[in-house]
Amino acid sequence: MKLNALTIAEARDALRKGDVTSVELTEACVTAIDAADALNAFVHKTTELALDRARAADTRIQAGNAPDMCGIPVGIKDLFCTEGVPSQAASNILKGFKPEYESTVSGRLRDAGAVMLGKLNMDEFAMGSSNETACYGDAVNPWKVDDRRLTPGGSSGGSAAAVAADLCLGATGTDTGGSIRQPAAFTGIVGIKPTYGRCSRWGVIAFASSLDQAGPMTRTVRDAAIMLGAMSGHDPKDSTSADLPVPDFEAALTGDIKGRKIGIPREYRMDGMPSEIEKLWADGAAMLRDAGAEIVDISLPHTKFALPAYYVIAPAEASSNLARYDGVRYGHRARLDAGDGITEMYEKTRAEGFGPEVQRRVMVGTYVLSAGFYDAYYNRARKVRALIKRDFDEVFAAGVEAILTPATPSAAFALGEMADADPVEMYLNDVFTVTVNLAGLPGIALPAGLNSAGLPLGLQLIGRPWGEADLLNTAQVLENAAGFVSKPQKWW
Amino acid sequence: MSTIDLETARRVAKLARIRVPEADLPQLADRLSGIVTFMEQLNEVDVDGIEPMTSVSPMRLKRRADGVTDGDMQDKILSNAPDAREGFFAVPKVVE
Repeated sequence: MKLNALTIAEARDALRKGDVTSVELTEACVTAIDAADALNAFVHKTTELALDRARAADTRIQAGNAPDMCGIPVGIKDLFCTEGVPSQAASNILKGFKPEYESTVSGRLRDAGAVMLGKLNMDEFAMGSSNETACYGDAVNPWKVDDRRLTPGGSSGGSAAAVAADLCLGATGTDTGGSIRQPAAFTGIVGIKPTYGRCSRWGVIAFASSLDQAGPMTRTVRDAAIMLGAMSGHDPKDSTSADLPVPDFEAALTGDIKGRKIGIPREYRMDGMPSEIEKLWADGAAMLRDAGAEIVDISLPHTKFALPAYYVIAPAEASSNLARYDGVRYGHRARLDAGDGITEMYEKTRAEGFGPEVQRRVMVGTYVLSAGFYDAYYNRARKVRALIKRDFDEVFAAGVEAILTPATPSAAFALGEMADADPVEMYLNDVFTVTVNLAGLPGIALPAGLNSAGLPLGLQLIGRPWGEADLLNTAQVLENAAGFVSKPQKWW
Repeated sequence: MSTIDLETARRVAKLARIRVPEADLPQLADRLSGIVTFMEQLNEVDVDGIEPMTSVSPMRLKRRADGVTDGDMQDKILSNAPDAREGFFAVPKVVE
């Protein structure tokens, strides 16, 4: 087996036994990355830095007692600030920006000895579901069944493509409305969005602060457990980061889910849902029942209002967060004409620096927060958000421990296919995932089968707040039962 | 269906400090109208007596002493500035 195709758990164990070195793993990934430019997943390669860190990791492993992630080559989404390495959220407005600091999450991985191979493509400011809004151009899904190039999903599209194509062993993603779970489902990998507050947001370029969470994207549930453990924990620099102990997520993978109550929400059965996805969902429920879980029908009555609430709240927060890009302190500044003052500088800089989707969302956010509309849109959306959270609270209070849903309403679609569509049509990709962000819950997507065309389809499990350990255990039971082993055929 | 007229689109662009050419305003107004119409589904929900959600997890924000915890890094702070002079960010003239 190729070294770059190992799981994190396999690589960790091989490193401990001395069967392989981090330098060898890293070189295998670098070779794979250099041969995969057609996927446009890695947009800033840090090969020299990676080899330096790999050598340091090998020394540390030899000394004994190295953490699990020590020596493991990973990719980092471009949304994470990485010291001395371009970090531009796939936006021209941050072109040339090299942070003087490291985000807490990527810093934790670095300190654990993980080897950063480079920065990964994404939708601009994480606003998109197809990785088509990036200033770097589209990331491409390694899965291909005809002559069309498919989207890896978004916004963490580069992370998903890189992990699915064996360019790295794991990658960081971020998820504001589904940006880890939808691309994971489109590429046949595992992605978990932890409970809001589990991972520090410090140094992660902000999109919508009450919804954003970082999480790992990996090839197996076990790998997600290992990598999430290294990314999690309290950070005084993020006031919303939870001061709670981080459980040993890997140790929670017991395989025992006997008697656990798993809910199937009736509101997730959408009109026009492809029968393949309906069947996948029913099969998933049957697998969990066979493993000893109790499957119950549940109701989350406000589900249909989650998307419109999200598309008020997320742009509102974005318009506020993105106000900082003004051409003064970092990033792009427009060339000014004679007589231009500071307002012209702001307006020209932001028009040149932000792409169309980001401009649109900033303006929608500005509109819903403006005088006269604040109550009608923003406050109403926050009230609906409270009702969506209450739906989940009531179901959990009734004893339900996890909720099973499809991850996405379709398999990966072709790049360009949605180019002329209304923005709202693209937003529908998030229909099964946004509820989880609005309620601050943990959610995991995992591959569960292929559609008739041969593309991966994912299921989502939603857990109780801070219940990632139980959630990962249930997910691994489903992973084992589904037995998804398909890999994309190399064409790139 | 809610419609955002050209004047509203122009005003929103101005508030957002994004220059939108006059010729692009009709399409912008059209796209914004579509999104706002989508949001108006929220009017179907009975929200009487519901408090707006303000924090995601029910925990009190941490407090800390109001003291200086970091600083003395002027060079680092200015290192990414498009224009920095004599230890300051430089911008076009603000006041006539």
